[in-house]
Amino acid sequence: MAKVIFTPNVQRHVACPEAQAPGDTVREVLNNVFADNVQARSYVLDDQSALRRHMTIFVDGRMIRDRAGLADRVEDTSTIYVFQALSGG
Amino acid sequence: MTDKLLVSTRKGLFTVARKGARWEIAGVDFLGDNVTLTLTDRREGRTYAALDHGHFGVKLHRSTANGWEEIPAPAYPPKPEGYEENDMWGRPLNWSTARIWALAAGGADEPGVIWCGTLPGGLFRSTDHGQSWEMLRALWDHPKRRQWMGGGADLPGIHSICVDPRDSKRVWVGVSTGGIWFTADNGANWTLRGDGMRAEYAPPEQTHDPIAQDVHCLVQCPAAPQRMWVQHHNGIFVSSDESRTFTEITGVEPSTFGFAVAVHPREPDTAWFVPEIKDEKRIPREGKLVVTRTRDGGKSFDVLTRGLPQSHAYDVIYRHALALDEAGDRLAFGSTTGGLWVSEDQGDSWSCVTHTLPPIYAVRFA
Repeated sequence: MAKVIFTPNVQRHVACPEAQAPGDTVREVLNNVFADNVQARSYVLDDQSALRRHMTIFVDGRMIRDRAGLADRVEDTSTIYVFQALSGG
Repeated sequence: MTDKLLVSTRKGLFTVARKGARWEIAGVDFLGDNVTLTLTDRREGRTYAALDHGHFGVKLHRSTANGWEEIPAPAYPPKPEGYEENDMWGRPLNWSTARIWALAAGGADEPGVIWCGTLPGGLFRSTDHGQSWEMLRALWDHPKRRQWMGGGADLPGIHSICVDPRDSKRVWVGVSTGGIWFTADNGANWTLRGDGMRAEYAPPEQTHDPIAQDVHCLVQCPAAPQRMWVQHHNGIFVSSDESRTFTEITGVEPSTFGFAVAVHPREPDTAWFVPEIKDEKRIPREGKLVVTRTRDGGKSFDVLTRGLPQSHAYDVIYRHALALDEAGDRLAFGSTTGGLWVSEDQGDSWSCVTHTLPPIYAVRFA
């Protein structure tokens, strides 16, 4: 099962503990995680279930490409990092 | 008389209370977070607070006996497969709540009903105290809705909601930019209103088109609901027929530009505004912060200055940041530069509560 780690910054708003969930894509893994943590879903995904504009996801060190469909492949041993997109300033 | 104010700011929700003859900051919730608007539902005593966490999206909280609880924010329905709609910048319009821009309680005969206006233009209603929300599809799917445009924000939005005190099924909403929309059947059908409003800055073909009107704030007199006041991008407009037609009020010093308007609960001819130099600058004229008040339906205006800074004041008062209490005597307003003022005599004199708050987005009597 893939491991999912959420940014510490979201934790003061909603509990998002590290989780493990099955799935072949980012979408499938996150759906399984959010099935057990419904409130956290809207902190990461927008109303259309796309990744929020200022959020980003890395799978095994690589940023995902499909921000709307979250179809990026995930291995059973993958680690998924969910955190806010940071820019300069 | 109401002795408590809720002040929504970029860095928290401040409670300001009257102690003796003074108004003081009595507490803060959500410190450090962006609180954009509150609603206190007087039918039940609940308060709703809208937050915008930026990265993490728009959230809604509701007061309980033990503090706050997060409740679902209004969410847009799935965008149909293959449906294409771009915003005014040519980008695909995301059907997702970008801001909660209006919160209003339903009528006295419908406890639990809450209305919510959002960017990019969705109107929502809850019948269970905000626990769940339904989008008013008849308005969202109206072909003319796609003519709404962003104004100061990139996206259009609903910022004003007026529920008819005589009949809760009759509701008006104000849109920036998209005019005034009215339903007589609880949202099943909508018509565009606002003949007589004028957008001087628009191309000639659109100057008088009701849908091209940038309504900054729409209010309705509770005791005389046929009377509605609009602070418009182009100036001040007043209606005596439930927004079917408007008359423009001109020649008001120092300016007719602004964002906020308040109307007296029993005196439809009495209204307050906070003027700024018009759109290209948006600051008080000559650095003097003033409130204007009419008591005769816009024929004449008092310029109220006592207690307000009269030099180098650059406060801007947003559309939800001017509040009037239910008695019609106490006013309060907050500014983008963190100033908060209260009047207990209908604006004749003002006292500064503080000028060091974070940028203030909304002020409401609780």
